[in-house]
Amino acid sequence: MTKFEDELRNNNFVCSYCTKCQHFVWPTSDCCNKCLGDVIWKQVSRKAKLVEVSSKDEKYFCIAEFEGNIRVFGTLLENLPPQHDQSLILEKCGYDKSPKFVFKTV
Amino acid sequence: MKKVAIVASGIIKFNKSEKPLESLMLSSIRPIFENTKNLKQEDVDVVLTSTNANRNYLANIISELSGIKPKISHSVESLCNSGTNSLVSAYAYVSSGLADVALVTGADKAENPGLVLHWDMSRGEYQHPIFWSSMFTSAHMRKYGTTLEDLAYVSVKNHKNALDNPYAYFEKSFSLDDVMNSKNLAENLRLLDCSMPCDGAASVVICSEEKAKKFTDNPVWISGIGQKTISASFTKNNDLASMESTKSAVGDAYHMSNKTADDIDVVELHDAFSICEIIELEDMGLCQKGQGSKFVRDLYDTNNNKVNPRGGLIGAGHPLGATGIAQVIEIYQQLSGNAGKRQVCNAKTGLVHNMSAGSTSSTVLVLES
Ligand SMILES: [Zn+2]
Repeated sequence: MTKFEDELRNNNFVCSYCTKCQHFVWPTSDCCNKCLGDVIWKQVSRKAKLVEVSSKDEKYFCIAEFEGNIRVFGTLLENLPPQHDQSLILEKCGYDKSPKFVFKTV
Repeated sequence: MKKVAIVASGIIKFNKSEKPLESLMLSSIRPIFENTKNLKQEDVDVVLTSTNANRNYLANIISELSGIKPKISHSVESLCNSGTNSLVSAYAYVSSGLADVALVTGADKAENPGLVLHWDMSRGEYQHPIFWSSMFTSAHMRKYGTTLEDLAYVSVKNHKNALDNPYAYFEKSFSLDDVMNSKNLAENLRLLDCSMPCDGAASVVICSEEKAKKFTDNPVWISGIGQKTISASFTKNNDLASMESTKSAVGDAYHMSNKTADDIDVVELHDAFSICEIIELEDMGLCQKGQGSKFVRDLYDTNNNKVNPRGGLIGAGHPLGATGIAQVIEIYQQLSGNAGKRQVCNAKTGLVHNMSAGSTSSTVLVLES
């Protein structure tokens, strides 16, 4: 079990981050995919942007982007069709065999 | 680099069976030796296998079962484009002079792993390919006004083409209404817009120019190869209305073969879902960006089968490790004038496009008669 999974279970999204390159390494890894140097765990902002959206069984799922480069699939709690590029907030996250992200529009 | 030709092929009907993977592969290899003049097991010095079945030592097992003692034998795995990846590896051995004759065989069972890439955490809980397909569709609809009906025409056309392919999984045609009314898997994805995992196997023999004359009077040349992997994570596709790896791979394949999209007479492209065919036609320059749907509709309206004449993945089925090789066999048969009822008139230059994991990796081949 990784810190990433543990923290997600606590509703906290952390990601590997290279302090030298100043960039998040996503999906999480043991080293930076630019300089191959060491990474630290860094808190990811809960603010996100909607990249693309669809729905299944009248529930929205989307790709959202954090910090300008971390893109994830997640659930979007919304009743009306959301707008492209809409601002989102990470409502909750978790981990059960795979990461789970739930967003709301702001 | 030496010229490399495809000189023989074997394929089995795509279906669902109790047969083990090795039997499927052997069933596609046996007709090659039965039908190719002068080809003996001792001629083959490379055996490559492609599958997602997580089998150890498979190429060596297949070699033993086929009575071949190759110099080089190993497996190549790259999810859905495993088949063309193994062909490209075989090409490299032959073109470099390290080997003369290579047998490339691919197979999968419907239940084999490979549809879902569990490593890709960016997919969150939306791991199944229908979710990335739906994202491509949303983006293309938003940018270019693509409709559900446009998608359905891809499926109708490819199922219709598959009727002339005796090895296809599907053996019936579907109307526009059938596709539109098939089960909703997402707001923009119907069941009949999807390719189906199934059992299948396909094999080809490639060889150097000097050897080719010994085995056939109608060799088909591999004149262009392009491959690109942008990532393993689906969400690294920046523009979801496009396929970056495909654009890169096709550019390299056209450059190597000194061809352009205008030269292409027949295409097998990776229609894992209907939206894929539309985007790929655009990104490979076969029509302008945003015109993929219209292009498909025109093909359908004019009974033109130059795109996915064997039915593509949607009509023929998708046994992952066999798919790329089955695509190559179709273009090989087309360019050697042996495609039967599917024959595209006067086809001289063909294109194969095979991709994996939501187009994070693509392989494109240009073949010429
Ligand atoms: Zn770094």
